[in-house]
Amino acid sequence: MRMRIYIFLVALLFSVNADSAPHGDQLYVTHCSSCHGLDGMGGVGVPIALTSFLNSVSNEFLKKTIRHGRPGRIMPAFAYLSDAQLVAIVKYIRSWSDKPAPVEDTTTIVGDRKRGQQLFTKYCIRCHGEDGRGGQGTGVTLSRKRDLPIIAPALNNPGFLAAASDVMIRDTIMLGREGTPMTSMLVAGLSEEDINDIVSYIRSWQKSSIESIQMDRHARQEPPVIVMDSPYGLDETVENLKQAIIDQNFTLIRVDYLEHGLVEEGKENKKQVVVHFCNFDFLFHALAIDPRVGMFLPCRVTIIEKDGKVQLSTINPKRLSKLFNNQELDQACDEMYGVYSKLLEDATL
Amino acid sequence: MKSLIQPVIAVILLSMTMPLLANDLLMVRTSQTFPEAMLALQTSIKEHGYNITRVQRIDVGLTGKGYKTDKYRVVFVGKPEEIKYLVDKYPVLAAFMPPQISIFAEEEDTVLITANPSIYADMIDDEKDKVIFRRWESDVYSVFDDLRNAAAE
Repeated sequence: MRMRIYIFLVALLFSVNADSAPHGDQLYVTHCSSCHGLDGMGGVGVPIALTSFLNSVSNEFLKKTIRHGRPGRIMPAFAYLSDAQLVAIVKYIRSWSDKPAPVEDTTTIVGDRKRGQQLFTKYCIRCHGEDGRGGQGTGVTLSRKRDLPIIAPALNNPGFLAAASDVMIRDTIMLGREGTPMTSMLVAGLSEEDINDIVSYIRSWQKSSIESIQMDRHARQEPPVIVMDSPYGLDETVENLKQAIIDQNFTLIRVDYLEHGLVEEGKENKKQVVVHFCNFDFLFHALAIDPRVGMFLPCRVTIIEKDGKVQLSTINPKRLSKLFNNQELDQACDEMYGVYSKLLEDATL
Repeated sequence: MKSLIQPVIAVILLSMTMPLLANDLLMVRTSQTFPEAMLALQTSIKEHGYNITRVQRIDVGLTGKGYKTDKYRVVFVGKPEEIKYLVDKYPVLAAFMPPQISIFAEEEDTVLITANPSIYADMIDDEKDKVIFRRWESDVYSVFDDLRNAAAE
């Protein structure tokens, strides 16, 4: 009898994981809507329901974008979704447009890269940035005015270059994207030859395979915490840290026990203290770079006395920033790593 | 045989609620307003047996310093005995405890985000204790499902 139950449970397990007819709408809500909005009009992520966008990109472009993401530009790589799930999501996204999807054309565009660089500098750099690094900030949350529908994409991003064909890039430059700041460069006075040169220049940024770049990004693992032993007692270490926080122009928010709110007031472990502090200018800047980062804020250092030793620890911002796939945030977290290390050093000198 | 059935049931139940491979960040968007979503979050967290140890009003702090921002709060959650056990046994986890959930308004919607508890499991070696984080992960999915369902009602 028990064997039958076991066999039934194993069969159930396989039936649960069997990928029968995935529902694009449900998959979109689960995996995409938190950033791109329930209606696809953007948020943390860019709007993808814009008619001009959907009418100019192929289903292949959408599938590759979901599969590879945009390394360092927030959009993660959904490597774990099956091909059938990708197709279902794309089909759902496509339902927002009443026109059929453009067919992907993989023809290579040939042009003069050097001339393309000059034209890019003159016509494109203002929005797309030096070397095509794209606009700053994320979607429409906190970081930018809500009436701006989109940030300029990073054209040098390996995820973009893996997903976009030469023809798609050319057509976008030629026709522009209605409803966004991207205007038609034909209307702006460029010839088709000029545009081919720009496409050739953009394509020259594609140097490595997208897979190798993603592997390299995950390979750099930092330790999860910054830890320092204190030669002082618990109370003295807390006071030293408070002074270091003030010296570094941070605002001290509060000092409480790690078990605050977990156990009855007065019964907390008094040997586990958390010091919360904030630099509001940095906080605002960090939320503008990526509104999701607030889940590790405000800044805090935990001080624990155990077996007569006092140890300070704080999260390692360099490790955490890897969770967000946001190159801009990486830079801010590198800066924060230096600040945290200095605070801990000052408190234990 | 009995020893085999329980783990199999656990795997089945987990596989029904989680994606095949997990994300490092768990997010959900709800069409509820911020106050509605905040209430639904607090209710669901308590129903799942967790304490809310503090709510950090990030937006109030920023506004007080002259910065313009939408509603933005950070909710600290945990189970007393688990937090105590984990911090005592694994000092590396102390800086992350209790875990936090961010909740912020995005126009008419509300977005919630938290680190996947599995990232904490990666910081320890004892497989027995990793189960705690898998359960937390399952509970986050369940809480987020509650918010989606509350919006649909």
